[in-house]
Amino acid sequence: MKFVFIAAACVSVFSTVLICFFIFVNGLPAIGEIGIFKFLLGTHWRPSNGVYGIFPMIVGSVYVTAGAVIVGVPAGVLCAVFMARFCPKRLYSLMKPAIGLLAGIPSIVYGFFGLVVIVPVVQEIFGTNGKGILTASLLLGIMILPTIISVSEDAIRSVPESYYEGALSLGDTHEQAVFRAVVPAAKSGILAGIILGVGRAIGETMAVIIVAGNQAVIPESILSGVRTMTSNIVMEMGYASGLHRQALIATGVVLFVFILFINLSFSAIKKER
Amino acid sequence: MEAIGKLPDGNFEPEKQALVITPVNRLTLKQRAAAYKNRPFSFFLLGLVTLAAAATILVFLLLIGYIFAKGVPNIKPELFAWEYSTENVSMLPSIINTFLMTFATLMLAVPIGVFSAVYLVEYAKRGSRLVSAVRITTETLAGIPSIVYGLFGYLMFASALKWGYTFIGGVLTLTIMVLPTMMRTTEEALKAVPDSFREGSFGLGAGKLRTVFSIVLPSAVPGIFSGVVLSTGRIVGETAALIFTAGTKAAVPKDIFSSTRTLAVHMYSLLSEGLYINQAYATAVVILVMVIAINAVSSYLAGMIVKKH
Repeated sequence: MKFVFIAAACVSVFSTVLICFFIFVNGLPAIGEIGIFKFLLGTHWRPSNGVYGIFPMIVGSVYVTAGAVIVGVPAGVLCAVFMARFCPKRLYSLMKPAIGLLAGIPSIVYGFFGLVVIVPVVQEIFGTNGKGILTASLLLGIMILPTIISVSEDAIRSVPESYYEGALSLGDTHEQAVFRAVVPAAKSGILAGIILGVGRAIGETMAVIIVAGNQAVIPESILSGVRTMTSNIVMEMGYASGLHRQALIATGVVLFVFILFINLSFSAIKKER
Repeated sequence: MEAIGKLPDGNFEPEKQALVITPVNRLTLKQRAAAYKNRPFSFFLLGLVTLAAAATILVFLLLIGYIFAKGVPNIKPELFAWEYSTENVSMLPSIINTFLMTFATLMLAVPIGVFSAVYLVEYAKRGSRLVSAVRITTETLAGIPSIVYGLFGYLMFASALKWGYTFIGGVLTLTIMVLPTMMRTTEEALKAVPDSFREGSFGLGAGKLRTVFSIVLPSAVPGIFSGVVLSTGRIVGETAALIFTAGTKAAVPKDIFSSTRTLAVHMYSLLSEGLYINQAYATAVVILVMVIAINAVSSYLAGMIVKKH
């Protein structure tokens, strides 16, 4: 029976190897064929002419992720501080499940919400078609909120009470004690939450594809439409063949490398704690 | 400040005879406002955190409220017809598929996840190479975005094995995807079982295997269930990993090698066709109700675990 347990434990190792194998074996030859610099830094994506440059998509992913961080991180961290240190008990017992529910809402529902609520608002204010970096950033910012809030709240709660009490006894107000003694002590946990959020934002597909506009060009302003690496795969995988298909898988390789890098920094921070 | 422990005034009413206690260390609103007058920055910080929390709550209410308000009136009987057609846009086949797919995925993921957690907690020696390999790979799997899973499932099951878009391809892809969740929650649950349980069992002469199955695992059941619930939530909401593995055919699968769509994929199809916005609202309501139910079960289980310890 012990061997059954060992075999089960090996499934995750085996799956990871399999995933890496399939993605890299199918994707890397395309990068070789197109040329690594032409592929990564090429500014034109025209599959019908055999031109495969994914620089616009890399830029797109980076922009919407950065936008999500700008929107989601301040709100998320401050909300976590509120929940850990300011929240009345009765409000907390309502807020905690609400955050859990926000975390559980599927990305397709978020995307739909973005389409019917955020897109019209952006349309109204800026007079564009409403889909673009700004809309995607707002939506992704909302989507990463629950991750950042719950990880940061745990981190703030795990700071020893003596930090807070010490600060109070030195004459700090409640707010000063929280922001100058407790929050700095929880800094690495909060950072871990932010990195998890970044990972979620860069890998998000279904919500982004609905609200980002999906033009495969380098955006000119925050209102222009963008295409991320993830949406590039979903949009064209269904009908692509030959080198086009391989180039899409190679887009997956680049995304995968981004994610591995983010995961590595996450575990490095976790270890440091 | 009023006297502490003053009796209530007025007519004598026996049921109101309890002492009214005013805590001396609690500030009244007036005192607090006065304190903030000298500390404008503290007041600013208070405003900031309150604002952030209010914004979060507002977004939550807007999201749920808007979708329910727009969606509930659009829930019509023809959306639940047995057969899907472009006229009725029935979501019933997709709902059935969602249940089938969740069930099939859990049938695979739960035993694998539980058994590997048993290995990690009960059998593995500290610092063994296999353990660190398992830990690194589960962490990696947990961070991989669903589109990469979808791409992998497509390359392996649809392409390399030449199955095309199949129910089983979707199930296998989802199994790998929820495996880290299953493993982590079970592992936590097993670690929370006190060592005295194991020692007691050994002391009574039970072997290792018997201890695991009749003592350790039963005490870890609520924790394992919470892993099941979390995985269910992830399966129900999944879209990107399924489009290119299970496909988008709106029918109940005849066998495990036919193409199917779950409710989330159904919603994506409705949106990408762009003709069925009202039906999409209704579908969103059904998905939200499922997610709310899953979350309710999960917090009930979490409460049970806390009560136990």
